[in-house]
Amino acid sequence: MSAVTTESPSRLSALYRSSRARVIVGFAVAAVLLFAVAPATLSTFRLGLLGKFLCLAMVAVGIGLAWGRGGMLTLGQGVFFGLGAYLMAMHLKLADAGPVEGSGGVPDFMMLYGSGEVPGWWEPFRSPVVTILAIAIVPAGLAALLGFAVFTRRVRGAYFAILSQALAAAFAILLIGQQATTGGTNGLNGFRSFFGYDLADPVNKRMLFFLAAGALLVMVAVARQLMVSRFGELLVAVRDQENRVRFLGYDPAQVKVVAYAVAAFMAAVGGALFVPIVGIISPADVGVVPSIGFLIGVAIGGRATLLGPVLGSIAVSWAQTSLSEAFPSGWIYAQGALFILVVAFLPGGLAELFTRWRRSRRGSVPDGGAPAPGDDGTSDGSRPGAARTGEPGSGDPTVEPQTAVDHDPATSGRTA
Amino acid sequence: MTPSRATTRLAPAAALVALALTLTACGARTATGDGAGAATSAAESCVDTSGDTVKIGFLNSLSGTMAISEQTVADSLALAAEEINADGGVLGKQLEIVQEDGQSEPTVFAEKAEKLITSDCVAAVFGGWTSASRKAMLPVFEAQDSLLFYPVQYEGLESSPNIFYTGATTNQQIVPALDYLKEQGVESIFLVGSDYVFPRTANKIINAYAEANGIEVLGEEYAPLGHTDFSTIVNKVKSAGADAVFNTLNGDSNVAFFKEYKNAGLGPDTMPVVSVSIAEEEVGGVGVENVEGQFTAWNYYQTIDSPENATFVEAFQAKYGADRVTSDPMEAAYTSLYLWKGMVEKAESFDVADVQEAADGVTFDAPEGSVTVNGDNHHIAKTALIGKIGPDGLIYTEWSSGEPIEPDPYLEGYDWAEGLS
Amino acid sequence: MDVLFSQLFAGLSLGSVLLLAALGLALTFGQMGVINMAHGEFMMAGAYTAFVVQGVVGNAGVSLLVSLPLGFLVGGLLGLLLEATLIHRMYKRPLDTLLVTWGVALVLQQVARDVFGAPNVDVRAPAWLSGAVDLFGLAVPKTRLFILALAVVAVVALAVVLKVTPLGRRIRAVVQNRDLAEASGVSTRATDRLTFFIGSGLAGIAGVALTLLGSIGPTLGTSYIVDAFLVVVAGGIGQIKGTVIAAFALGLLQATFEYSTTASIAKVLVFVVIVVFLQVRPQGLVSVRTRSLA
Repeated sequence: MSAVTTESPSRLSALYRSSRARVIVGFAVAAVLLFAVAPATLSTFRLGLLGKFLCLAMVAVGIGLAWGRGGMLTLGQGVFFGLGAYLMAMHLKLADAGPVEGSGGVPDFMMLYGSGEVPGWWEPFRSPVVTILAIAIVPAGLAALLGFAVFTRRVRGAYFAILSQALAAAFAILLIGQQATTGGTNGLNGFRSFFGYDLADPVNKRMLFFLAAGALLVMVAVARQLMVSRFGELLVAVRDQENRVRFLGYDPAQVKVVAYAVAAFMAAVGGALFVPIVGIISPADVGVVPSIGFLIGVAIGGRATLLGPVLGSIAVSWAQTSLSEAFPSGWIYAQGALFILVVAFLPGGLAELFTRWRRSRRGSVPDGGAPAPGDDGTSDGSRPGAARTGEPGSGDPTVEPQTAVDHDPATSGRTA
Repeated sequence: MTPSRATTRLAPAAALVALALTLTACGARTATGDGAGAATSAAESCVDTSGDTVKIGFLNSLSGTMAISEQTVADSLALAAEEINADGGVLGKQLEIVQEDGQSEPTVFAEKAEKLITSDCVAAVFGGWTSASRKAMLPVFEAQDSLLFYPVQYEGLESSPNIFYTGATTNQQIVPALDYLKEQGVESIFLVGSDYVFPRTANKIINAYAEANGIEVLGEEYAPLGHTDFSTIVNKVKSAGADAVFNTLNGDSNVAFFKEYKNAGLGPDTMPVVSVSIAEEEVGGVGVENVEGQFTAWNYYQTIDSPENATFVEAFQAKYGADRVTSDPMEAAYTSLYLWKGMVEKAESFDVADVQEAADGVTFDAPEGSVTVNGDNHHIAKTALIGKIGPDGLIYTEWSSGEPIEPDPYLEGYDWAEGLS
Repeated sequence: MDVLFSQLFAGLSLGSVLLLAALGLALTFGQMGVINMAHGEFMMAGAYTAFVVQGVVGNAGVSLLVSLPLGFLVGGLLGLLLEATLIHRMYKRPLDTLLVTWGVALVLQQVARDVFGAPNVDVRAPAWLSGAVDLFGLAVPKTRLFILALAVVAVVALAVVLKVTPLGRRIRAVVQNRDLAEASGVSTRATDRLTFFIGSGLAGIAGVALTLLGSIGPTLGTSYIVDAFLVVVAGGIGQIKGTVIAAFALGLLQATFEYSTTASIAKVLVFVVIVVFLQVRPQGLVSVRTRSLA
């Protein structure tokens, strides 16, 4: 990371040594919490809710990578989440409908709204193997394709954000319009079994929760691996100074495509597990609003950190569920206000507060431009302020490093 | 750096192992639950009827796009509960209301329904509006074996033992509306609807009816939900030149549609529109001047002249303000609570199975007139009314089916509807 | 033939609505680089202004004429408030302005819900705008003609302001080279604020115009914001010309697709066309040449 440039080598290795221990302890604690404490203390209903939050958190991990690290503000993660979810839902619907011989194998909603026949493009998803492969490949593949088309043309920043948002809007409209084959606004629901396991059985519900918890842990591990790797360094470099990376002989488009595809994959897996846990997927879960909604937790938690997006996403989902019960209108104000305050004044998210607090306890003076929240201590971007470009109104809204700007004018003045 | 990379890989590996272990463990434990979808009896009901109160749940969207409509249903449910409590409660127990917000999202409806049933332990849930929300809740109520009272007219083709439908099904709203049009000598119609389940299903039924009755369907157009530009659709309607338009647009789209319709020189005299989603509550938002003289199909209007309705309207306006109007879904919600009370008192039990058993034949003198529960399909017999929108924004009955129509959600009693379900 | 003309007009009319919605954005996003997701909510505020004014004035004709400048003021002041409290801290972080303003939009919608109630409200169109006029044998709704004219007037007025007035010179100077403008004695802060005021005010006017077409509800803005941004992006930023062309092109495209397919499919097709178009011309239709990379 860019910490490399500011920290002395010996300090660096010390940092890594301590971080290694912390990572292992962190994963162990998370595993104990998710696999032992949660199932022991929560009712089946609450456990299901937590499972849903974990699925949404998977999307957040991907966004943290693409947006926090890669600077690609994707407002269309609902598309990939939705693709994963719908692919899974199609399989579950077909599985519930039974084999073609005998009952005819037509899902109930198609009998009601459709022609009573399964369209050709549904057929492959009768096979669990095809379905799982499709969930792994289709959304990530689509993201790679789109990313390749867009990034090689150097569409970025706000353009990319708006395009991805239009994509989410188009996807939702398309889903709603094809009621006979996608269930329309109703979406797909009423699943009875998950790969042969009865979904009404509380034991199986717990199994699904474990599956989601495991998947999330794996994703966090993968994200960490990517972040500390050479690729992760390149990604941050592309975010902060795409042209310099290009001049150094790398292809920024490639780096971005990979990050975007990984984020899409994570969203798709989250969607695929969301379906059996929540029991329904509908266009209301994938359109423009939910797509931006995914970002709230990420921004509040700390976009560029490893754990910020995950914890932020879970906390926001939890608050949404529990607070909206008591104050439906007050909750919207609170959510909006928190979101505004964090993005405007604390771009590093709540993780930044935590880092500052830890630094102040250590007694070290923050150097330069408000040190970014790093995962487990590795600062991700105490960048020299001179790197800032993109005057407002230059007609080139490039991605600006979030971390170098502090709400305190004095501090940010010092960085420049 | 190299050693650190090597060791961090331990973490994911450990997680994978943990995952694998868990899965195998669970897989082994659930091999028995792998029956062919046999309805494993859900968790035992936790409804507490030992005290002198009983909990019921209201589940309406208080936030989001549907809050517009569903808040009114929540209001009339609260009124009914208040009246019942003042009158001594149900089986001597006061009703304790747990109000939940569905946030206009089907997913949230499903989640909150489960919460109401399993965490709050309510005896029954009242609410839902969109078909999507009902479809989302249906599996939850079936799996948990609890009761939902759904107060809105809908597209039919459904009947669940765990849902009571107190709004109209198609043969109590759409079919009478078509009968009315046919009676008026209409020979061709144009279908305009929002792009979602109710309009599409309704139009399927209308097409079948039209074909059997010699009515020509000149066009069928769908606008995305929230669509606000209707110039093209109105162009199509105008150039098709049908005798009447059957409108299944929902919510905001009606406003844009009717303004465009009027501006294009069309009106009740040239090409009347029959709407099935515009009630008293919506007329204000659409603008009286845009819809005056147009037709609606419902089972209740605020202007119904009966002592029950006078009491209902008076009580509602006393509680919420004299400027409030009452509409069909509000009345159906109000009625649903009284019907549940009737069922419970007939069964002398709050138990779901007992209530289901007792449901058949329970009647209530509702504001719309006498309604009776059909124990087979859990819908209620209602009188169909075609109304005309007056200059004061209220709707006046133009035509009535005269007597309650037996609910027939699958349209089994109609020959032309054979191919539909 | 009739159909062709009426569809042509439908397209132009839709284009004029898009143009009104996007014009303010072309200024704030195109010129200043601020992605204001609350732009739609400023439109909503303008629409509610028309509703309130009609409640006070009563006469539909007078209230419309009063609402137009008042809507501009309400939208503009909201924009000014937003600029002064939040956005001016964030000129270096355009993507974050997107998120912040989205949060603002969320809050504004809820405010509208709490103040005006959740049900949609209606603004009556004045008598002189009801019905249709005969134009080349085609019945054209007067409201649509009015909006078309309003859009044209707004564009011309904006062009004049930008080209001729001292204020316009300052705006262009700041857009083209902020540092040099500042060094020449132009107060960039004041210019930013004014630009934002005008851009947001245009949203207010668009909102007033929309009351002639549809309903007024808390979510009025959300149905236009995505389209409006696409117009600006497809038109190319930094130039009003591009926005105008793009708005009418998209309007005609939508009307054509909608006539030959369905409204839903048309919407999807338009999105696809834009994505493909931006592959060919990532800078949009009209672009300002700069020396910046990429």
